[in-house]
Amino acid sequence: MPKFKKILIANRGEIALRIVRACKELGIHAVAAYSEADAESMAVKLADESVCIGEAVSSKSYLNIDNILQAAKTTGAEAIHPGYGYLAEKEAFARACQSEGVVFIGPTPENLSLAGDKIAGKQKMIEAGVPVIPSSSGGVESLDDAWSIAEEIGYPVMIKSSAGGGGRGIRICNDEEMLAEEFPIARMEAGAAFGNNEVYIEKFIENPRHIEFQILADKHGNIIHLFERECSIQRRFQKLIEEAPSPRLDEELRQKMGKAAVRAAKAISYFNAGTVEFLLDEQGDFYFIEINSRIQVEHPITEMITGVDLVKEQIRLAAGEPLGYDSSDLSIQGWAIECRINAEDPERNFLPSPGTITEYHAPGGYGVRLDTHLHQGYELPIYYDSLIAKLISYDATREGAISIMKRALGEYRMRPLKTTIPLYLRVMDDPDFRSGSFDTGYITRFVPDEDEDEDDED
Amino acid sequence: MTGSGGKRVEVKAPMSGVFYRRPAPEVAPYVEIGTEVKKKQVLGLLETMKVFQKIKSKISGRVVEIIVENETPVKDDEVLFVIETD
Repeated sequence: MPKFKKILIANRGEIALRIVRACKELGIHAVAAYSEADAESMAVKLADESVCIGEAVSSKSYLNIDNILQAAKTTGAEAIHPGYGYLAEKEAFARACQSEGVVFIGPTPENLSLAGDKIAGKQKMIEAGVPVIPSSSGGVESLDDAWSIAEEIGYPVMIKSSAGGGGRGIRICNDEEMLAEEFPIARMEAGAAFGNNEVYIEKFIENPRHIEFQILADKHGNIIHLFERECSIQRRFQKLIEEAPSPRLDEELRQKMGKAAVRAAKAISYFNAGTVEFLLDEQGDFYFIEINSRIQVEHPITEMITGVDLVKEQIRLAAGEPLGYDSSDLSIQGWAIECRINAEDPERNFLPSPGTITEYHAPGGYGVRLDTHLHQGYELPIYYDSLIAKLISYDATREGAISIMKRALGEYRMRPLKTTIPLYLRVMDDPDFRSGSFDTGYITRFVPDEDEDEDDED
Repeated sequence: MTGSGGKRVEVKAPMSGVFYRRPAPEVAPYVEIGTEVKKKQVLGLLETMKVFQKIKSKISGRVVEIIVENETPVKDDEVLFVIETD
């Protein structure tokens, strides 16, 4: 059945392992591309074949387009799975694959271009009738323009980088004075982080929930959604705990948002797996934020409640196969929660916690799924981000999924690393979390959102 | 090293990571040997798992040694700088 005989996996950590596993189950030869720091990684050990793509520093390996394409050629891989992060949403990479005759397992270069350009992307959404957050119609060049736009849409407003993503570079301004102070800094930051100092201004929605819809699209124009994920539990715009379905949505709102998500994907002729992100306000109005044109970190919870293996679907769709089913063939079965286990110390302002795992015990049992590359004796490379495991619980009900998560978090041991597990244990016991009433500001109740700079302990 | 009789204070890496002497490749280093520094002045950066921390001087004084080169991996507690006070 599979068109591909060999796939190169251009990523690391848990997602590389996730893709290796999908390939193996599909009978496809998995080639792990790894940096010098990851030579002993689980993805390399479990892949059928592996190839070094450069030095530890990401810019010389996982972000090096030439090295990765060379690796695909020398190993004879017909397709490349980019995972998430790194090159997953880089238009230049997708185009380079195309011109080298290697299939990029993901959206089209045109999709990536539009998804990466928030201003152009938003214009498409407005045209398609998808509700968007009131904002400047394009980049904002001067403080005077910024002031007049903010006046028009009403404070508080956010300054965002046109080229940015992942929550970085966002500044919230409550009044004219703050806007004057933050505007020039935001432009400089955008230039430094994304190589493009264009910023735009957007209304800041207070106490919103972050709700996103999983999309799958084939090459024949079929686009469906696979319901929502509730991702409101975040710190500084980085998601920590996700669940599917959302305790906030009823069937009516779900249908409405789901339809808008499909319209959004159709508006840019989306292909392969993607995610349409919305903010949902307290009145039940929702606004399109962006399309994430990759497999998401939190994809497993959708897999658990739909029974659809999204990574296998990505591969199948990339090979040109039709979807073969539509939304009416799918239904929400049960409830899934994911906790992102980060090697960070919640007691010390989430500072990273590198080190070697001397004592490891993974949770298991009924309703537990663990996506991780960790093992006893594993040394966390200092070069990569701190997401080290995704613990997923699944049960017939939300209450059941919470109980399983709490139990599984309690079992998980990885000494001597500091992790976010103690924070999640507190969340699982919190009455507001248990009753499903929270918004994107929720986590600040547990951990003050203070500035790292504020000062040191000497 | 020239034993001017001052007190020598080591500045160590708070954890393992990659040590940087400058905030960006095209910018001058934060300090050089001989730079007079104040307490809490930034001497360098440490990148650990994509997070940057500032390495600050614990005292006011003069930079007398820079032990680690720019963009080099360091271990937890490794000495990065020596500051001498009068």
